[in-house]
Amino acid sequence: MFDLFPRPVLHDATAPALELEGVTARYDGTLALDNVSLSVRRGDQVAVVGPNGAGKSTLFNIITGILKPQQGTVRIAGSGPDGHICVGYVPQRNRIDWRFPVTVADVVMMGRVGKVGMLRRPGKRDRQLVEDALSEVDMLPFARRQIGELSGGQQQRVFLARVLAQEAELLLLDEPLAGLDIPSQEAILRILSQMRAARLTLLIATHDLNQAAEQFDQMILLNRRVVAYGPAAQVLTTENLARAYGGQLHVLHTLTGDVVVTDSCCGGGEPPVAQLVGTSEGTTDRVASS
Amino acid sequence: MLDWLIEPLGYGFMWRGLLAAVMVGTICSVLGTYVILQGMAFFGDALAHTILPGVVIAYLVGWPLAVGALIFGVLSAIGIGALSQRGEVREDTAIGVIFAGSFALGVAMLSTVRSYAVDLAHILFGDVLGVSPTDLWVTAGLGAVVLLLVYFFYKEFLVMAFDPTLAVVLRLPVKTLRYLLLIMIAVTIVISLQTVGMALMLAMLVTPAAAAQLLTRRLPTMMATAAGIGALSNVTGLYISYYINIASGPAMVLVATAVFALTFLFAPARGLVWRRLALQTA
Repeated sequence: MFDLFPRPVLHDATAPALELEGVTARYDGTLALDNVSLSVRRGDQVAVVGPNGAGKSTLFNIITGILKPQQGTVRIAGSGPDGHICVGYVPQRNRIDWRFPVTVADVVMMGRVGKVGMLRRPGKRDRQLVEDALSEVDMLPFARRQIGELSGGQQQRVFLARVLAQEAELLLLDEPLAGLDIPSQEAILRILSQMRAARLTLLIATHDLNQAAEQFDQMILLNRRVVAYGPAAQVLTTENLARAYGGQLHVLHTLTGDVVVTDSCCGGGEPPVAQLVGTSEGTTDRVASS
Repeated sequence: MLDWLIEPLGYGFMWRGLLAAVMVGTICSVLGTYVILQGMAFFGDALAHTILPGVVIAYLVGWPLAVGALIFGVLSAIGIGALSQRGEVREDTAIGVIFAGSFALGVAMLSTVRSYAVDLAHILFGDVLGVSPTDLWVTAGLGAVVLLLVYFFYKEFLVMAFDPTLAVVLRLPVKTLRYLLLIMIAVTIVISLQTVGMALMLAMLVTPAAAAQLLTRRLPTMMATAAGIGALSNVTGLYISYYINIASGPAMVLVATAVFALTFLFAPARGLVWRRLALQTA
């Protein structure tokens, strides 16, 4: 508890970026994750999808080390998760007090705090990394603005700059596109594809099955257990969706294809949306969430 | 005008009071920025009341009040931190239980003393004009320690206040830092006890910082502005109390409240008046 100067651990380059083995976790007294095992290769971009209460947030909290699992082990680059400062995370928008007196540059510099170390001031290299990260996400001209003066998409880009400045290698993004307009979403997706080029490993929690299928290499369909994990085409089958969404979802066979109707929602109070999901069989699943 | 300012300084109690008012205003306001940014106003108020038993014990035994207050302040800061971290009781509930219970214990102990009413008034509302040279040294010493800690752990406290999850992810010693901040708040409360007393202590922490937040966009400038507002309000309040003969603690708090009201209305871009104007021109 009084360890003021924790030592970062070294990475095993041959180990997977993230490994979970038999992880079981409770949250608020209910079973949130039940015997979850999975392994994410370095450089993969994995969408984490599933109904409300599927354990997505718990999964992220366990990877960051905020929650300890009751059973099972978590390994980041071969060891961990204690001591790793390579995990980057982008908070959900409603977790941040946007009136807080910090500038864009201040927020990005926060990513450096772990590496700078206690009782030391950020140096030239830290400032350079902050500047580079900001120009990477096209936000350098806004460096001196107060964080609340930006649009939602710009704020999201600032938080992506923060994980870049942190030199994080395993990134956890919780609904990074929720509530953003299309141009902002596209700007974020561009940055994510640059991150792929930089071989960063990404886990993205999302409710948008469509986008998840289009944008990311792999998909984890979660409902306390891992229902399916693999390329979107293999994961998004009617059986898997029915297993994951259970009572919240009804599969109707119609002349134009299978229609999947779900009444799960995103907890964010978003208006009902109807989406089209293409499956491997070439049928069209219609997912309406309310 | 100058005479008007200098005349009260002829009295030793008055310049000691002014010195205390400036120091307390500065220290409280700087730490107060963290209190308001982390939504800890209730905690601060509660902590101010929980130290009463410590103050009373010190008073009965004849120790300096600050010693008893400090011991109790630190103990209750740790107690509240521990009780709420276990997660079985909500933090504000834990604070409420400890706050009221401890305050009741203090009043009960004090009621055994003959000069009960006078003593209680003194503790509740402070007496900045009764500050002794020793009190000044204690305030200066403890205040310097608090401000140095704010300076040395600036970036860590900033991360914890803005994004506590990031603090965990960056493997900062979150628990240690949290207790450190609670103890710093306890120390600050003890420092300001003599000046404004328990009942109004919260204003010293919260009001100048709240006004400063409306005027600034970075934490260091917010702290400096809050310190300026706190120190100036206290000095102004003390002069007002001298000339129109009202209690000094409430006078200082009322000036700070007036400053907050003015910034709330007229702060550039963020004040109520400016936002109304912007709405009309838009």
